[in-house]
Amino acid sequence: MAFIEVSGVTKAFPSGAALRPVLRDVSLSVERGEFVSVVGAMGSGKSTLLSILAGLTRADAGTVTVDGELVTGVRRNAAFVFQNYSLLPWFTALENVRLAVAASCPSLTREQQKARATRTLEQVGLGNALSRRPWQLSGGMRQRVAIARAFATEPDLLFMDEPFGALDALTRETLQGELMRLCSSAAKPVTTVMITNSVEEALLLSDRIVPMLPGPPATLGMPIVVDLPRGRTVAQLAHDERASHVRAHVVATLTAALGQRVRRTPPDPNTTLTAAALAEESP
Amino acid sequence: MKRLLDFLLPLVGIGLALLVWWGASLKVTDLPSPVRTWEESKLYILEPFAKRGEVDQGIALLAYYSLIRVGQGFLLGAAIGTPVGFLLGVSPLLTRMFDPIMQVMRPISPLAWLPLGLILFRRSEPAALFAIAVCSMWPTIINTMMGVRAIPQDYWNVAKVLRLSKTTTFLKIIVPATLPYMFTGYRLSLGIAWLVIVASEMLTGTPGVGGFLWQEYNSLIYAHILLAILTIGVIGFVLDRLMGFAEGKLRTV
Repeated sequence: MAFIEVSGVTKAFPSGAALRPVLRDVSLSVERGEFVSVVGAMGSGKSTLLSILAGLTRADAGTVTVDGELVTGVRRNAAFVFQNYSLLPWFTALENVRLAVAASCPSLTREQQKARATRTLEQVGLGNALSRRPWQLSGGMRQRVAIARAFATEPDLLFMDEPFGALDALTRETLQGELMRLCSSAAKPVTTVMITNSVEEALLLSDRIVPMLPGPPATLGMPIVVDLPRGRTVAQLAHDERASHVRAHVVATLTAALGQRVRRTPPDPNTTLTAAALAEESP
Repeated sequence: MKRLLDFLLPLVGIGLALLVWWGASLKVTDLPSPVRTWEESKLYILEPFAKRGEVDQGIALLAYYSLIRVGQGFLLGAAIGTPVGFLLGVSPLLTRMFDPIMQVMRPISPLAWLPLGLILFRRSEPAALFAIAVCSMWPTIINTMMGVRAIPQDYWNVAKVLRLSKTTTFLKIIVPATLPYMFTGYRLSLGIAWLVIVASEMLTGTPGVGGFLWQEYNSLIYAHILLAILTIGVIGFVLDRLMGFAEGKLRTV
């Protein structure tokens, strides 16, 4: 049995008097230490899926198990990185991270918690911003704090919801590199599920890419293995033949799914735009 | 130029108000003119800490008695209102249960609460505190409640994801997130407490600015009524500014 097992997860949200289906019969397995990306268009239900995996939201039907245990709430040793950073503005960077350390390792003394928080912040290059508050930091620095907060708890499970979605291209690339370093230097293997709308990002970071086929209700397509050694770079991916094969495969799957949806539903300018945008990304 | 105007325009306003006051004093024989008010009141202002009798005291001493009473009543109201506000904020059930009561009790005048306080406590001092606390706690309750409701989902998610205990969530997330709202409530509550103090002192005859006002009315020294009125206004203004300052400090955090 895989580390994370998702089977038959279905979710609908009330919309007025009716129920709006979001996810239908979603199944997925993730091995221990694996990095899996779920790629799809905005608003396709990816975030809902992730919060069900993390135990933040209950599924209407189906089950999620981690390490053989049924997920009913947020697990110990699980960390979450949100797209909008979700730092507490009344705390400094250090205090934000220390709060997470204190909650996950109550046995540590205050000094030990501080030391670990400091060390993790130094790892993401924020050694000189420890006492700054979130509003004094740039978007990239805030997300670094959020990533440090996740890694400081030494998680074996990491959920990331479009972690670099709000950042500019350059910052995004730097942070992706830092994330790779943190994952590879972690003491325990970290099993990661990341949500993204960028095929390139998924290609850069993951072992497998799972396309999210938009609905509603959305469901998952067949996982696509990224058969490239870890420690990839953007430049290398641009010219690698296997990379372009995977990229084409992912884009084709997503475009086909979007095309079906466009034919099935009355024309929606947003959907067609997204389909066009995805098609443009394909080489 | 702008700074000069900032300084001059309020002075012109005050001058005009004094002029209207003076004009009215010419028509109404019992109303002392600004100059007569100053002549008859200067003893109280120039010797603010003099104590000549139970109610016949310097204006600073009288204000001090009133402020102590307001402080106690306000703190009592805040001590009750803040936790109640937190409870109502986190529990929609409790809100639905108590909302009608709150809506009915909120508009009740301090003059109506005071006799009830006198029946309950049989002495004027606790009755006054009771009236202040009961009248002034509503803005604290309502603003604290709104503050808790306004906490963004993000922060609740942080609490869930970090698996914070209930105590930690309360101390590290709910309280800091609600603090600016709480202080808006405290500011409004203190304003009401200051309104109530005068009424309660007038009714109970206790020494203080309000008690002084009522006694001087009974002694037909009308200039002192105006002195008391102006004192009440100035102190109320200063209190509001102080709380506004604290509130502003918290908003930037």
